[in-house]
Amino acid sequence: MKALVPVKRVVDYNVKVRVKSDNSGVDIANVKMSMNPFDEIAVEEAVRLKEKGVVTEVIAVSCGVAQCQETLRTAMAIGADRAILVETTEELQPLAVAKLLKALVDKEQPQLIILGKQAIDDDCNQTGQMLAALADLPQATFASKVEVVDGKAHVTREVDGGLETLAISLPAVITTDLRLNEPRYVTLPNIMKAKKKQLDVVKPEDLGVDVAPRIKTLKVSEPPKRSAGIKVPDVATLVAKLKTEAKVI
Amino acid sequence: MTSLVIAEHDHASIKGATLNTVTAAAACGGDVHVLVAGHNAGAAAAAAAQIAGVAKVIHADSAAFANGLAENVAAQVLAIAANYSHILFPATASGKNVAPRVAAKLDVGQISDITKVESPDTFERPIYAGNAIATVQSADATKVITVRTTGFDPAAATGGAAAVDAVSATADSGKSSFVGSEIAKSDRPELTAAKIIVSGGRALGSSEKFSEVMTPLADKLGAALGASRAAVDAGYAPNDWQVGQTGKIVAPQLYVACGISGAIQHLAGMKDSKVIVAINKDPEAPIFSVADYGLEADLFAAVPELISTL
Repeated sequence: MKALVPVKRVVDYNVKVRVKSDNSGVDIANVKMSMNPFDEIAVEEAVRLKEKGVVTEVIAVSCGVAQCQETLRTAMAIGADRAILVETTEELQPLAVAKLLKALVDKEQPQLIILGKQAIDDDCNQTGQMLAALADLPQATFASKVEVVDGKAHVTREVDGGLETLAISLPAVITTDLRLNEPRYVTLPNIMKAKKKQLDVVKPEDLGVDVAPRIKTLKVSEPPKRSAGIKVPDVATLVAKLKTEAKVI
Repeated sequence: MTSLVIAEHDHASIKGATLNTVTAAAACGGDVHVLVAGHNAGAAAAAAAQIAGVAKVIHADSAAFANGLAENVAAQVLAIAANYSHILFPATASGKNVAPRVAAKLDVGQISDITKVESPDTFERPIYAGNAIATVQSADATKVITVRTTGFDPAAATGGAAAVDAVSATADSGKSSFVGSEIAKSDRPELTAAKIIVSGGRALGSSEKFSEVMTPLADKLGAALGASRAAVDAGYAPNDWQVGQTGKIVAPQLYVACGISGAIQHLAGMKDSKVIVAINKDPEAPIFSVADYGLEADLFAAVPELISTL
């Protein structure tokens, strides 16, 4: 069974981004880019399923600029067998990405599509669910555990009150949450091997998808600033301040 | 222009998140309807009819909705979607699970986690873990939206007298089934609605210590309990206590962070709190940059002292 793993190239999670002074966007020039952490967890999970003999081939996919090839090489260094880049310089929003992925799902016919629950740049949390809807597939989002049993995926999900487990028929879409696994460190020999793995490049037009954005960003602003706080010398002062100054207790 | 709010409920009652979403819907202009898709959910539908500002409640009842499966709830929303200019879900685990399915089937974009409605087609939402606020405009005929509940006051739970329309439920997709759940029952206020939250980090060292140190503080303050990702990953606290960019987003009157360093992703979940207190023995901890009151101290000494002083 094939597993398709979409991965996104995003600003590294350690970077604290700054808003451009003209409010046109966030300044990401020369900023470190990495694979979206949730997608890394997705690649790791697919590779583990391959190591368990459940999955036979792991295909990593990314949509975006040419540099996404680096992200795909990282996915292959973790253990993906081959990769596909849907190359475009157009701003890609989740609906467009879901349509591109659907075209690839139709072509590759994976039994499992595993991707991160949200990208840490736009924080949308939509792509997996949209893909599932477009492809008429069941979904299990925010997965903290995945088991494939008798043609179904048993997925434990992190939900607002705790955990819930669903059984979904395959093919299906699973989105990963933080505690699904801890991705392995990529070793140098695997990085070298990844350079030789197959990486195909296609364009949105080849897949027959119109990727024009639907939502326009009018401006990007700094969040409201908190006024500077103070250090208190001891617990007694803290309690006094909370009671008389802040009046929250 | 009419908005449809997809109610968050437990079949017997309406959850608070629905009330904040009704406020957001009202800000979009036009009437507000509420969909209750549940199983034996007459009581929830009746409660929804009492929400101030709600003009109509649509009640769809079926075993297919007993556990809120996304495929089934989305199908029900889609069955009535044509009547609405705006479809809003609270940005809860269920709302986020279902909303994008609806948007994709309608072939429209979805706007996640709005914090403000500027006009019927323009909204504010946080990006990059809340380090930037984007003002976005949708040209789609139907706006599908998830609402960050901390961005909107809750509508009054009573005062309304809407009609309840029963509609026939859409079918079960047959592709997904509920196996089981582990949902914690607690007398504490719900994390996303609590006025006071006390939150513990990895410094607590073990789940026994987390419980031993933080619980009495939460009890004393009538607070909800939260945790950092590190504490949850280490097993000191359950996953539903995690406050952060991809965990719970909270904005209480008072947030007390004990032994939490204050990573970007944690701040994303709590930096809109009215008053922030940080207790940490590391003077360089980033949490102090957002704290109104910072106490440089060992939490194992400071928290018990705080409890006895309160």
